[in-house]
Amino acid sequence: MNWLMSTLGSSIGKKLMMALTGLGFIGFLTAHLAGNLTLYGGSEAFNAYAEKLHTLGPLLTLMELGLIAFAITHISTGILLFIQNRNARPVRYARDERAGGRTWSSVTMPYTGFIILVFVVFHLLNFSFVDKTNTTIFEIVSSAFARPLYVAVYVSVMIVVALHARHGFWSALQTLGANHPKYMPTLMVLSLVFSLMVGLGFGLLPIYIALRV
Amino acid sequence: MKKLAPKINVTLKVWRQKNPDDPGHFEMIPASNISTHMSFLELLDTVNEQLTQEGKDPIAFDNDCREGICGMCGAVINGRAHGPEKATTLCQLHMRKFGDGETIAIEPFRARAFKIIKDLAVDRSPFDQIIQAGGYISVNTGGAPDANAIPIPQDVAEKSMDAAACIGCGACVAACPSASAMLFVSGKISQLALLPQGKPEAAKRALSMVRAMDACGFGNCSNHRECEASCPKELSIVNIARLNREFFKASFFSAEK
Ligand code: HEM
Ligand code: FES
Repeated sequence: MNWLMSTLGSSIGKKLMMALTGLGFIGFLTAHLAGNLTLYGGSEAFNAYAEKLHTLGPLLTLMELGLIAFAITHISTGILLFIQNRNARPVRYARDERAGGRTWSSVTMPYTGFIILVFVVFHLLNFSFVDKTNTTIFEIVSSAFARPLYVAVYVSVMIVVALHARHGFWSALQTLGANHPKYMPTLMVLSLVFSLMVGLGFGLLPIYIALRV
Repeated sequence: MKKLAPKINVTLKVWRQKNPDDPGHFEMIPASNISTHMSFLELLDTVNEQLTQEGKDPIAFDNDCREGICGMCGAVINGRAHGPEKATTLCQLHMRKFGDGETIAIEPFRARAFKIIKDLAVDRSPFDQIIQAGGYISVNTGGAPDANAIPIPQDVAEKSMDAAACIGCGACVAACPSASAMLFVSGKISQLALLPQGKPEAAKRALSMVRAMDACGFGNCSNHRECEASCPKELSIVNIARLNREFFKASFFSAEK
């Protein structure tokens, strides 16, 4: 298993782990968004969805554990890459201009990633680790979004998530070696479409709920 | 459009560093009456002549062919590796790209793996170490084999030639926000991996060249694509994707360790 360690420990191996776990998150976001869209159907539809989800029981727990493992891998590798990449150029350029490659999205990856991490903790405290006796999940969500501060935080962080996914999506495919002159332009567009979908899809929900109540 | 003057006056804000251990600093050097037909290296020659006459230390910089084929020259000009022009080396950059009265920032290629020898001259021997680790094919000596003995499709030969256009100047490392050498390594891996002659040693080559690259202290590719945008030979990051595939193939599907 020595070969596996040296593969994953190499620069490309670390990128492989970022890409696989990142694509896992993209899958998670897609499923999470699809579920959350039931909020537009009102209280009954959303509560029914939440109930259905929890009937999955052990399967749900397994997926949650998987997500935690992915998060630990993505975050610890991300921190390592961030430190190593900073150290790779100890003396910075006095003047550093974009040649046409890097984007807002690509240069902010470590920072948007960190904001997402803080948000995930906040988000779980809001909606997961709360007392759910004598109330429904729809009520918890709508009372949270009755507070303008919560709406502002959620909407801003969804823009941050969209930024992270904008670079992350195509970058992960490139890392996996899926670059081809025929398909890459389409994959780039797909990356933008996905990030808009995530940004708008999640970002409009708190506003909708806030205006509804 | 900027008005082109046949002669311009510029100020160089140039990095001066006596030796690898010197912390270094910027020095402002005026250069007057510069012909816009001059190349950037000729500007440095002119300034160096002036410095020498004043009894000062001339600016050290690397150069050789001065026609964009050897890969010796290179510096970061106004924040861009090899300057603002696309697909050119520093020796191919001309002073007509600059305005009268402009201050031009000149810095060496910066990376932990590239030690500064003096001023703008950097030690790019880590690239040689990477090549020594596997950037070759093993051929038995003897009579030269027939050139057409192994048929190679034209498009494959073209792809290999595109990768082989790399002159090893180091601009990819200099331009990369993470000081990664992936574009260089991907060019050297691709040019061989694409051809039948390169296939027998492909797995071993991918593993040892990536290991050598990591050992030299280059950063990790973050797919910013600054390398591709700065490369004087316009190597594509399609090569980096191929390098990754070659590395995965070697790691997970070959007997090579
Ligand atoms: C939990 C908080 C998160 C942190 C701390 C984080 C951190 C990072 C960092 C630092 C990188 C850049 C690595 C590099 O190339 O140098 C990155 C890449 C990436 N992230 Fe995240 N991230 C987080 C959450 C997410 C989420 C929610 C998604 C889902 C959209 C995601 C998807 C990706 C993808 C696809 C990549 C690109 C992988 C590659 O370039 O091969 N990340 N992340
Ligand atoms: S001096 Fe040879 S490429 Fe510039």
